[in-house]
Amino acid sequence: MKYTLSVLVENQSGVLSKVSGLFSRRGFNIDSLAVGVTEDPTVSRMTIVVDGDAYLVEQVEKQLNKVIPVIKVKKLAQGEYVARMLSLIKVAVAPGARGEIMRISEVMGARIVDVTRTSMTMEFADTAERTETFETLLRPFGIREIVRTGTIAIEKGADATRKTN
Amino acid sequence: MMTGAAVMIRCLEAEGIRVLFGYPGAAICPFYDELPGSGLHHVLVRTEQNAAHAASGYARISGQVGVCVSTSGPGATNLLTGIASAYMDSIPLVIITGQVRSDLLGRDVFQEADITGAAEPFTKHSYIVHSAGDLPRIFREAFHIAGTGRPGPVLIDVPIDMQQRSIADFDEAKYHRPVDIIGYKPRTQGHPLQIRKALEALSTAKRPVLCAGGGVFSSKAQDALRAFVEQLQLPTVSTMMGIGALPSDHPLYLGMLGSHGCASANKAVRDADLILLAGARAGDRAMAAPGQLATRARIIHIDIDPAEIGKNLPVYVPIVGDLGTVLRQLCEGAHCQAPADWVHTVTDRRARHDSKPIPPAEGFVEPKTFLRELSLAMRPDGILCADVGQNQIWAANHVCVRQGRFLTSGGMGTMGYSIPCAIGAKSARPDLQVCAVCGDGSFQMSMMELATACAEGLGIKIAVLCNGHLGMVREMQDHLYGGRRSATSLTGDPDFVALAGAYGIRARRARSQQEALDALGEMWADDAPYLLACDIAPDYPSL
Ligand SMILES: Cc1ncc(C[n+]2csc(CCOP(=O)(O)OP(=O)(O)O)c2C)c(N)n1
Repeated sequence: MKYTLSVLVENQSGVLSKVSGLFSRRGFNIDSLAVGVTEDPTVSRMTIVVDGDAYLVEQVEKQLNKVIPVIKVKKLAQGEYVARMLSLIKVAVAPGARGEIMRISEVMGARIVDVTRTSMTMEFADTAERTETFETLLRPFGIREIVRTGTIAIEKGADATRKTN
Repeated sequence: MMTGAAVMIRCLEAEGIRVLFGYPGAAICPFYDELPGSGLHHVLVRTEQNAAHAASGYARISGQVGVCVSTSGPGATNLLTGIASAYMDSIPLVIITGQVRSDLLGRDVFQEADITGAAEPFTKHSYIVHSAGDLPRIFREAFHIAGTGRPGPVLIDVPIDMQQRSIADFDEAKYHRPVDIIGYKPRTQGHPLQIRKALEALSTAKRPVLCAGGGVFSSKAQDALRAFVEQLQLPTVSTMMGIGALPSDHPLYLGMLGSHGCASANKAVRDADLILLAGARAGDRAMAAPGQLATRARIIHIDIDPAEIGKNLPVYVPIVGDLGTVLRQLCEGAHCQAPADWVHTVTDRRARHDSKPIPPAEGFVEPKTFLRELSLAMRPDGILCADVGQNQIWAANHVCVRQGRFLTSGGMGTMGYSIPCAIGAKSARPDLQVCAVCGDGSFQMSMMELATACAEGLGIKIAVLCNGHLGMVREMQDHLYGGRRSATSLTGDPDFVALAGAYGIRARRARSQQEALDALGEMWADDAPYLLACDIAPDYPSL
C-alpha cells in the first residue's frame, strides 16, 4: 500500500540528507521524494510517497518527527488530497505517426513542448496512474526518454498544512 | 568584540560546565588557546574515543550534559565509537570538533573529514558553524537538544576561522533566553486519558510486572519509581541499563531480564499478564520475542520518545512523557496493589535463586561472589562501571547496587568503556567511590587512560578479570561453533601489576578467592588509584 506524507521542514542545509539517510538506515522504501520551498521561504515541503503497511508508515512518521529540523509530518488520507507528478516524455516519430500521437496527447491533456522531424516531447502533469496510462499509450511509438519528478500533493478543501496548525 | 573561541568558552561556562574531556590539534587550537584562565577544567585523555566515553560517565553521574572536544579529521573520526555508544544509551553529550577553514570545506584538505555526515546516524542533531555570530545560538540549542526529551549526543563542528573571527561580546542574559525550536517540543506530561487506561489495566491485572530501563536515570526518576512500585507492590525487573533503578536488595526487585539475565526475572515476565515498561525500549537483548510476550500480557509503555512505543512490540496503553512525571501521575490515581500471592511467588523465586550456592573455582578467583563482595565493600553510594564481555554479565547479575550506580555500555556493548567511564564519573563526583570492572581484553582497549587517571589524581579502582581470553567470544565459539577457537586467546597479555606499577599505580594480583577478598580492604583503604588483577578460570561460564 502506498502512503503519501507531507513533511514541513526548516529550509536549512543537511535536512535532505538527514531524511534520506533515515530512510535507508531504517530500511524504509521510498517510492518518490519531492522537495520545494513553501509560501514561507524559511520552510520547505517534502512530499514523500512510501510503500509499506500501517506499522511501517507509523514508524516512518515517528522517526521523521524525531529529526530536529522536521516541523510537521502529515499522512494524507486516501482520497482527501490531490496528487500530481510532472513527466517529460520524448517519443520517436515514424512517418505518418505524428497525427496519432497528437490525438492521444490531446485526449490525455498533455502539452507538446518540442517537435523535431523524428521526435516529439510531451509535458504531462497528472496522477501516477494516469501517467502510467499515457506512457502505455505512447509505448508502441517508441519512447526515447522519460524524465519524471516525484509526486507532490496538496489536501483538498480550504485548509492548509502550516507549521503552526 | 571577542573571538569565536572565547565565545565558545563563555557558552560552556554559561551552561554550568566545569569539566570537559578532549584532545587538541591544529583545527581546534584557537579554542584550546582560550581554555587556560577560564572556569573550565580540561581533562586530557589519551585517545579521543575515551573523551566521549569519559564525557558519558560524567554526564551519567553529574546529571548534566557531558562535553568532549577534538580536532578535525582523525581526532573527530576517533570520537565516532564514543558518540555511537552514547547515542545507543541515550546519554546527553555535546561534542565539539574543530574543522578546516570554512572556505576550504569540501576540498579534501589536510585533516578534513565530514564528521557531521559520518556521525549522522548516531547523533540526535548536529551543526556546522557557518557564521561565527551563530555560535551562542548553536551552543544554546545544542545543550537544550542534548539534555531534554530523549537525551543524546549533539555535535558542533566549528571551522577554525569561525573560532578566530571577531564577533560581538558574549551576552549572558541573551544567551539564557528560552530556546524555541519549532520542530522540537518534547512532551513531559502523560496524557490523562492514557493514565486512566493504565490505572484501569493495573487494577485488574493479576500478575503485573514493571520493567525498569535506562530511562529511569535519564528522567532522574529513581525516587518516583521506588514510591510507585512500593505503593502498588509491583514486582520489578530491570534491563541492563536499568540496573540500580531500584536497589538490588529491594524486596520487590527480581533482577535483570533477558538472554543474559536471571531466571527469576525472565520467569516473572513470561508469566505476567501485564508488563509496564518504564523507560525501557524492549531491545532484543532484554526481550528476544517481544511480540509473543504481548500476546500473553497487556503492555503499558511509558517513554519520552514516541518512536520507541510500538516499535518492538504492540502496546495496550502508550504513554508518552517524562517517566518521573508520569509515575507521579500514576501514583496519584492508583488505589490498587498487585495480588499478594503473585508478589509472593515471584519474590520467593528470587530469594531461592539468590541463595543458590555458586560453586567455587579452585585455584582461581570465582568472579560472581567476588564481584558481589567488591560491590558490598564499597560505600553504598559507590559507582560501578562494568565493561563488556563475561565480566559485564557477571557484574550485571551479581553486584549489589544500593544507593549508587551501575554504568555500562548497554546498547552498543563497546569494549573499553569502563575505564574512561570511571574517569568521567570520578571527575563528576570525586567524593564518591568509583570502580571499573573489566576483562583482560577490554582493559587493553583503554589501558592508556591509566595515565589520565594519574595525571588527574583520580582515585579510580580497577578490577581486571583475567581469563587470558576474549571470554565471551570464546564461550560462543564453544557453544555455537563446535568448540573451534579462533582469535580468542589473549596470548601476549602483559603483567598487569607491573604495568600499573609503571604508572605508579598500586596493584596486586589475586590467584585465589581469598587473595582477592583480602585485596578489597587494600583497594578501599584510600582514595588513590588501585588495580586488582584477578586470575579467572578460562572456561568459567557467563551464567
Ligand atoms: C569494541 C568491541 N570489539 C569487539 C567486541 C566483541 N566482543 C564482545 S565481548 C568480547 C570479549 C571481551 O573479552 P574480555 O574483555 O577479555 O572480557 P571477558 O569476556 O573475557 O570477560 C568481544 C571481543 C565488542 N563488544 N566491542
